[in-house]
Amino acid sequence: MIHVETLHKKFGKNVVLAGLELNIDHGGIFAILGPNGSGKTTLIKTVLGMVIPNKGTISVMDSLVRNKWKYRQDINYLPQIANFPGNLKVKELIAMIKDIRQKPSDEQKLIALFGLEPFLDKKLSNLSGGTKQKVNIVLTFMFDSPLIILDEPTNGLDPLSLIRLKELIFEEKEKGKTFLITSHIMQFVEEVSDQIVYLLEGKIYFKGSIAELKTKTGQSNFEHAIAAISTHSNHD
Amino acid sequence: MPLRQYQPTATMIKILKYSFYDLMRSRWSYVYFLFYLLLGFVLLFLNNELSKAVITLMNVIIILVPLIGTIFGVMYFYNSKEFTELLLAQPIKRSSIFLGQYFGVAGSLTLSLVLGLGIPFTLYGLFQSNAIWDFSLLLITGAFLTLIFTAVAFNIALSNENKIKGFGYAVLAWLFLAVIYDGLFLMSLIVFEEYPLDNLSLIATMFNPIDLSRTLILLKLDISALLGYTGAIFKQFFGTNMGLFMSIFMLFLWTVIPVWRLAYVAKRKDF
Repeated sequence: MIHVETLHKKFGKNVVLAGLELNIDHGGIFAILGPNGSGKTTLIKTVLGMVIPNKGTISVMDSLVRNKWKYRQDINYLPQIANFPGNLKVKELIAMIKDIRQKPSDEQKLIALFGLEPFLDKKLSNLSGGTKQKVNIVLTFMFDSPLIILDEPTNGLDPLSLIRLKELIFEEKEKGKTFLITSHIMQFVEEVSDQIVYLLEGKIYFKGSIAELKTKTGQSNFEHAIAAISTHSNHD
Repeated sequence: MPLRQYQPTATMIKILKYSFYDLMRSRWSYVYFLFYLLLGFVLLFLNNELSKAVITLMNVIIILVPLIGTIFGVMYFYNSKEFTELLLAQPIKRSSIFLGQYFGVAGSLTLSLVLGLGIPFTLYGLFQSNAIWDFSLLLITGAFLTLIFTAVAFNIALSNENKIKGFGYAVLAWLFLAVIYDGLFLMSLIVFEEYPLDNLSLIATMFNPIDLSRTLILLKLDISALLGYTGAIFKQFFGTNMGLFMSIFMLFLWTVIPVWRLAYVAKRKDF
């Protein structure tokens, strides 16, 4: 699904990715974790072609991403900050993204799922942060794409919506989709993810299942295992 | 499943359309439009003479249009940062996104200008008047200045992550071209009095779209008294028609180069 080879990226003098190698197979939920500044967002953005690497290659579904844009037709991306043009109405924004992607979409079901009907005629500038995030989720999930990338999907969601989101993720996973998810809510990560990709200093420090991570660190609690892997690496 | 057709130009026009709609609903577009509407009515009412109104308008347009283009351009660019990121993750070419947004902003500003001034002048009886060409040229120049300064503002914003810095540089660029440039130019004329400065002043005018616009309109109005030193040289060097053509051509270059740089830099930037 995703194949990353010797990926290097620095911003000015700040080295963010240092020869990162990663293979993501088809299907399943991959959580990308790591301490602040470890390059999670940069990795996601290089896959999306938003950040251009200094060295290395990335291919998504066997096509190289550099200077390309058509491959993004197969990716749904949920950005971290949901901020949209304030003067557009919710339904206009949805129509716009549909218009741009020219792909069959299934927004009605999602609008009902997150109870967004009363907001469809409201301007985006008048929505609360949580409601904006729900709109963001609708925009992400309404297309049928094999790869779904979620950057902090739980931001601002109320408990009910969070449950709906998890159900949605599992439902899509059942259809054989591949997910890349970043989150700092460890409970959410533990519930949804099949594989953990742990980034440290611009490289993959650990890749494997939660059970493997627990065995490796000798911790029975996931949150502690993540904490252990962070501190463990400091004493290397 | 419908055909998946990817057409970069069509996508750019879509982005343009949505940016344009977004802006057309912003309060500031109306303020800008109403300002010109009011200005048009007041000028016609006070002057009672179309050609004089055109000159006063020129003085306003030449300073104000670049300022508004600059401020709107920078503000729109920074305000739509997150939305741009959402678009960047869609299957669209980068140049479609930025050019679409740019033409959306410049287009809505130009529309405010053309409608705001066009309505009072049409009601006044512009179409029966000889001043129609002068007036049209004024609007064309206004449109060029909007395109140029919005493009410059987009360029500055694209190259500066820091909003405050970007805003500062953009306003400085406007201040430099609208005010400081003329001062420096005048000072150099005084300091280098003994030297032949014809070519220098020609070139200096070419490099400032605001001076260029002023020269263009005054050449068309054919008011020698207002032409000033540069205008006189321009007229002498090119003749009226060639001068008009040259200045429009230069304004065109002033538009194309920043727009090209916008697409070029956007393609290579990290978001």
